[in-house]
Amino acid sequence: MSKKLLLTYDHIPGINTLEVYRQNNGYKSLEKALKTMKPDDIVEEVKKSGLRGRGGAGFPTGMKWSFLAKPEGVPRHLVCNADESEPGTFKDRYLMERIPHLLIEGMIVSSFALGANTSYIYVRGEYFYIIKILQNAIKEAYAAGLLGKNILGSGYDLDLYVQPGGGAYICGEETALLESLEGKRGNPRLKPPFPAVAGLWGRPTVVNNVETIAAVVPIVNFGGDEYAKIGIGKSTGTKLISASGHINKPGVYEIELGVPVEEFIYSDEYCGGIRNGKKLKAVVAGGSSVPILPTELILTTAKGEPRLMSYESLSDGGFATGTMLGSGGFIAMDEDTSIVKNLFTFARFYHHESCGQCSPCREGTGWMEKILKKFIDGKATMSDIDLLWDVQSKIEGKTICPLGEAAAWPVAAAIRHFRHEFEEYVKNPQSIHDVKHYFRLNNLVEA
Amino acid sequence: MFQDLFELEDIELMTTTTEIKFSDSAQQQVQEILHQYPADKSKSALLPLLHLAQAEFDGWLSAPVMDYVASILNIQPIEVYEVASFYSMFNLKPTGKYLIEVCQTSSCWMNGSEDIVRYLERTIQAETGQISPDGMFQIKTVECLGSCGTAPMFQIGDKYYENLTFEKIDTILDDLRKENKRSRYV
Ligand SMILES: Cc1cc2nc3c(=O)[nH]c(=O)nc-3n(C[C@H](O)[C@H](O)[C@H](O)COP(=O)(O)O)c2cc1C
Ligand code: SF4
Ligand code: FES
Repeated sequence: MSKKLLLTYDHIPGINTLEVYRQNNGYKSLEKALKTMKPDDIVEEVKKSGLRGRGGAGFPTGMKWSFLAKPEGVPRHLVCNADESEPGTFKDRYLMERIPHLLIEGMIVSSFALGANTSYIYVRGEYFYIIKILQNAIKEAYAAGLLGKNILGSGYDLDLYVQPGGGAYICGEETALLESLEGKRGNPRLKPPFPAVAGLWGRPTVVNNVETIAAVVPIVNFGGDEYAKIGIGKSTGTKLISASGHINKPGVYEIELGVPVEEFIYSDEYCGGIRNGKKLKAVVAGGSSVPILPTELILTTAKGEPRLMSYESLSDGGFATGTMLGSGGFIAMDEDTSIVKNLFTFARFYHHESCGQCSPCREGTGWMEKILKKFIDGKATMSDIDLLWDVQSKIEGKTICPLGEAAAWPVAAAIRHFRHEFEEYVKNPQSIHDVKHYFRLNNLVEA
Repeated sequence: MFQDLFELEDIELMTTTTEIKFSDSAQQQVQEILHQYPADKSKSALLPLLHLAQAEFDGWLSAPVMDYVASILNIQPIEVYEVASFYSMFNLKPTGKYLIEVCQTSSCWMNGSEDIVRYLERTIQAETGQISPDGMFQIKTVECLGSCGTAPMFQIGDKYYENLTFEKIDTILDDLRKENKRSRYV
């Protein structure tokens, strides 16, 4: 079994079509599932695989599936979360664009396992061209009897639809997504009840990320035990990493969980090192929400062990010296990057995306953006650093959904590890203009 | 998001003399969309219908257009306004013919998105948010579009333009001037 489980065939021309996809082992897991397995067998394999949700939280998928309520006579739904809006994350887009049938195959197998007869893929609205790709692929699947009534003669029926979002990061939060899919504003719901009990239209619902659902295909093909042999410890299988920032080879990489961070950054198989021979300064390893770490702490843990690309190793040391794997949005920054300015772009993002239901998040994100703007404008004082710390510390644990925390963590981590940069902005406002934000385009901009 | 709440008063109440009605092909799309949900859950069609309406009616949603969508779904107009004002892709005011949505978040910023905006502003002769004098273009700064590995980038309608350089931008804008059709997502 090779290290690549999802992007095995992504470079084959025409793999986006049903014909080529099928020539390359496509829809094998569906045949196996419908012809030789009962729904509960599939849930069991997913449990054995140790697969954890790839949307960011890393919750065990098999366990989530087994929580699904099954009241007599009430339809259940599977909803795929393709809202992908966490800054730094673009893996789901890659997968859906290149191999749309992999997601569709995963959706059919997973829907069968959960007993759902109508399923939805909720795609962020900005990805409209991907929506069109998925719709074409779904049309092909219907025509081939892989969707609709009596799939492959099994007696199982499934309708699959694609739903566009309207441009709102918060709709990636699963209950906001369900609100949005019901045609409402994307305001997250209070939990409980959890979607497994009362989700879409109040019916039992499972929400899973694109990559999670795609991973069900190799799990069914090879078996949960085989899948669990890949990776390291409780971080089983492979993970798609979206790599961006100041690296030589930005892109989406499928890694076996457990690859050393250093290898991921510097080897030619992955990021290929830092651009222009510069030194690495810091990394945001799992999307904008996770704590930023300086080079020393991203390459090795505080204990001095090599840091690995796995759930456990990245979070080693807690928030004091560690971070999280999150969505796998890996942003590397070189020595010339302003941590404060980068943080400002995150703060502006969260302020823009807060749904506004909870005061600590609505007001706090606004305050954080405003205070950071003062630093950027060279108008901050030393007490603003403490004020910023104070504001972020009053959000965590006080909101309906985790967006508030997601906005606070990056601020806390930047102050924790790069306080000197904030101080420098206060002591020497001119330094802001001296920072060599070397943009690729800089030499082209007129003075 | 929430700031938009208070902009409801900004919704253009302008009425038009032309009748607001989907074209035949759009009507057919409406039927296909409605078919995706249980008959008593048709409100779920709201976002897809707003996208369709925006594409059909000049790239923005006027109050009469939103009222029309409300009538199709048999819901109150306010249910449409509150949704349209929540999501960033729905324009509640007329826009330039081509809306250039430039990502300004982290990876794009690190790769020069501020220069991209400056260059665009100079080229189309309009500041961000303003419609260019010839009515062709409008720049809007937006948050991460899931194209961080190919930064800097912008989106126009359903097209992503990635790994941008100034030369590329010149070519893109020239081509669009020639094409001269309003950008649309749907
Ligand atoms: C603010 C916020 C944004 C989120 N955005 C996404 C997203 O874009 N895609 C995603 O799969 N999960 C996202 N999540 C996580 C979802 O709430 C949910 O946990 C996930 O879709 C479950 O799928 P998984 O178990 O397969 O990861 C987000 C969560 C929060 C709080
Ligand atoms: S934490 Fe923020 S985004 Fe989440 S529900 Fe509260 S206000 Fe909305
Ligand atoms: S940061 Fe610009 S596309 Fe993600």
